[in-house]
Amino acid sequence: MTWFLRRVASAVVTFLLATTLVFFLMRITPGDPLARLSEDRPMPPEAIADLRARYDLNSPLTSQFTHFLGGILGGNLGASIAQGGRSVNSLIAERLPATLLLGGTALLLNFSFGIWLGVWQARRRGSRADQWLSVLSLAAYATPSFWLGLALTWLLGVELHLLPTGFMHDPLLPANASAWVRFTDLLRHLLLPAITLSLATIGATARYQRAAMIDALELGCVRTARTKGLPERAVIWRHAWRNALGPMLALFGLWLPLLVAGSVFVEAIFSWPGLGTLAWEAIGSRDYPVIMGAAILVSALVVAGSLIADLLHRLLDPRLGTS
Amino acid sequence: MNLLREAWQVVWRDRGGRAGALVLAALILIASIAPRFLPDWRVMPDLGRVSLQPPGPGHWLGTDRDNRDVLSRVVRGARVSLAVAAGAVALSVTVGALIGMLAGYAGGWVDSLLMRLVDSAMAVPRLFLLLIMVAIMERIPLPVLIVVLGATGWFGTSRLVRAEVQRLRTLDFVRAAEALGANRRRIALRHLLPNVAGPLAASTTLAVGDVILLEAGLSFLGLGVQPPTPSWGGMILEAQPYLATAPWTSLAPGIAVVLTVLSVNLVGEALHQGYTTSSA
Amino acid sequence: MTALLEVTGLRVSFPGARGAVYPVDGVSFSLARGETLALVGESGSGKTLSGLALLRLVPAPGRIDPGSSILLEGRDLLSLTPEPLRQVRGRKIAMVFQDPMSSLNPVLTVGAQITEAIQAHLAVSNREARGRAEGLLGEVGIADPGRRLRSYPHQLSGGMRQRVMIAIALSAEPELLIADEPTSALDVTVQAQILEVLDRLRAARGMAVLLITHDLGIVAGRADRVAVMYAGRIVEQAETGQLFSAPAHPYTRGLFASMPRLTGPRRRPMPIPGTVPSPAAWPTGCRFRPRCPQAMERCIDEPPERVVTPGHVSRCWLE
Repeated sequence: MTWFLRRVASAVVTFLLATTLVFFLMRITPGDPLARLSEDRPMPPEAIADLRARYDLNSPLTSQFTHFLGGILGGNLGASIAQGGRSVNSLIAERLPATLLLGGTALLLNFSFGIWLGVWQARRRGSRADQWLSVLSLAAYATPSFWLGLALTWLLGVELHLLPTGFMHDPLLPANASAWVRFTDLLRHLLLPAITLSLATIGATARYQRAAMIDALELGCVRTARTKGLPERAVIWRHAWRNALGPMLALFGLWLPLLVAGSVFVEAIFSWPGLGTLAWEAIGSRDYPVIMGAAILVSALVVAGSLIADLLHRLLDPRLGTS
Repeated sequence: MNLLREAWQVVWRDRGGRAGALVLAALILIASIAPRFLPDWRVMPDLGRVSLQPPGPGHWLGTDRDNRDVLSRVVRGARVSLAVAAGAVALSVTVGALIGMLAGYAGGWVDSLLMRLVDSAMAVPRLFLLLIMVAIMERIPLPVLIVVLGATGWFGTSRLVRAEVQRLRTLDFVRAAEALGANRRRIALRHLLPNVAGPLAASTTLAVGDVILLEAGLSFLGLGVQPPTPSWGGMILEAQPYLATAPWTSLAPGIAVVLTVLSVNLVGEALHQGYTTSSA
Repeated sequence: MTALLEVTGLRVSFPGARGAVYPVDGVSFSLARGETLALVGESGSGKTLSGLALLRLVPAPGRIDPGSSILLEGRDLLSLTPEPLRQVRGRKIAMVFQDPMSSLNPVLTVGAQITEAIQAHLAVSNREARGRAEGLLGEVGIADPGRRLRSYPHQLSGGMRQRVMIAIALSAEPELLIADEPTSALDVTVQAQILEVLDRLRAARGMAVLLITHDLGIVAGRADRVAVMYAGRIVEQAETGQLFSAPAHPYTRGLFASMPRLTGPRRRPMPIPGTVPSPAAWPTGCRFRPRCPQAMERCIDEPPERVVTPGHVSRCWLE
């Protein structure tokens, strides 16, 4: 229990520091957030002054910060500038599920294919297939997600008309369409973005899993398992892989920020209505409360993800206590 | 200099590393020399000319929507990407190595504080840090882009260097130097640094690949290299509406990115294999 | 009576910088049911590899030479396809290794590791498998076996872990147990206990045992026959009593001379000069020649196996 509490406290501190970093980064970067707003529609100076006061931009930096931090701790991420004062919380809440769905699916694909591939390669270590797959993995990692998305869209969506090329739902679905039809429609729209998002990281996961598995296959207990006459399946998965699992969990904490970052591009390409597109729109309109809110939320997800990974690691290894 | 030679041998021995190094060398060569021989990438649209020409004689990779030669833009883009990546990585490796060495050697509260700050910075995805920084500024001049990329890329390096320094600190030859009274700076430079160089080389190379991808991404979002300077990401952005009608306009820059980053990663992978198996 | 195990001309090769090396180079022995054969040698003699070869567990890139022959109850083990081979492992031949900590899976309970060995070969329910596992733990002398089933390896002492390994090995009731240095990693006080457990179980089940060890001391009173290995070859084979009373090969004699003795006239132990050669550089002819105090000119040629007395052979030119 003490370990857990200390770890959670550590995560909270990290999160707060990250939040501080985001805040000061935004404030010290040159550029006026309100300038863009008045670019599109010229506003009288009183309106601008009023906005400045409303968004607390006149007070000294330190008081702005404490105000901000207070808001964070209370769960309030501020109000959007570009969207007329609408709360950032509600904007994010609107878009978060879509991103979680996309990110979650991508993570699932990433781990299932990546792990299977890595184990497959480790068992055939040194073979031609193994070598070529390693190169292929590196190539996948080298492919920009936005370009890959475009290429897949062109291939499967435009040329072959297999899958839809954007958005989350078919706008032409009748209003009384059954739940099943809606579900399959969602899946069809989810497929390309999820594949695009996960492809780059699948290669990298496979590489790590391969290395971890190669080490695990050398363990004495694997030899014992063979000696017992266990079926090969049990030797590979129950004995070798179970011991390769530990290092893989750390990956979970690593991939989360990458997937989140990648989602910005993928959501843009596929017009997927999630946090990524929200951040993108906010950047376009210099709506920095929203940008900050998104960045802070994402940091929270990363910190939480890393915490979960550590917890799982301790739970899965009986040699480490969970107290 | 011995280090460079050793690194070169490590890369050459690995088949992937060899291929990557060759491709990379060819790319750098082409990027430096070829622009002289290629049509000007800045050709302005001539109302009489047809734009979006498919690849053919005269324009080996076709032309884009503004009737500019795609091949020469891709080659020019290579220059930009490589220069930005080199600059940014040079900055981040230097900062990361310094901080890592400081944390690893000093230990105590200095180490704890620094690593806590690094952990927090790593909690925010690098892309978001970049978006925050470049989105507020109106147009980003290239040097600023390089600095911003460099400033967000040193966290991982610092952890790596710190770990290595901590490991080396306990080894006898460092203790011997300390016992002989060498001052800390001398120890750091002459004893620690050469031994850290190996793993550092691997991660530096991989960092170059990451920066190229990031810069392409930012340019694709319109936030990186500003037009009319050609950049691979920017070219892909401009080619987006013509995906079906003129696929070469997006294929060419995309393949250029994949090829470059793949080569860099092959070299980095070779270095990683070479240096971790020997020190493990 | 057919022997349980017959090994003829066993050779194991490993690729080397200058061609293949043979750490096991022409080993032949046989084992009858219920018999205990001790395979004795220093590290580097090839004894562990010989044991592994019997289960076809030679680690890559090592390979068993096609000229070798391993017959179990008359069946050729080397030509078995994967599934029949799997059925031999654990069920007919079991093996216990030197270091129980690295041989056990740290993330599975002891009980799980025993029951899976049982259920790989015997069609029994989970409950019955657990019951058998508990019985096995009791047989190897672990107190409170029911509770111990749920323990993890790191929660047990070294001696207990080795008992668990023995329980695992015996779970599918094999006819031959290969014990590779079963006590070398344990404290001296625990060694005797483990050997006692092995003795008791062997007698109760009528198992044949191939005891691989470097320690001649544990061989006396335990093994029916002894084979002494040096540099990839068996240099002497005899019944235990004969070997101890009248060792024929200079290497064996050297081994005895280098052991301190509690009884008999006081004398200094005499180490054998020199070091064990590496497989990459086996000496030509008799491999013990460079270190042998009685080396002759003839020893440049490989000595044949000569019969000293019936049942006692020695690979040496000496009469």
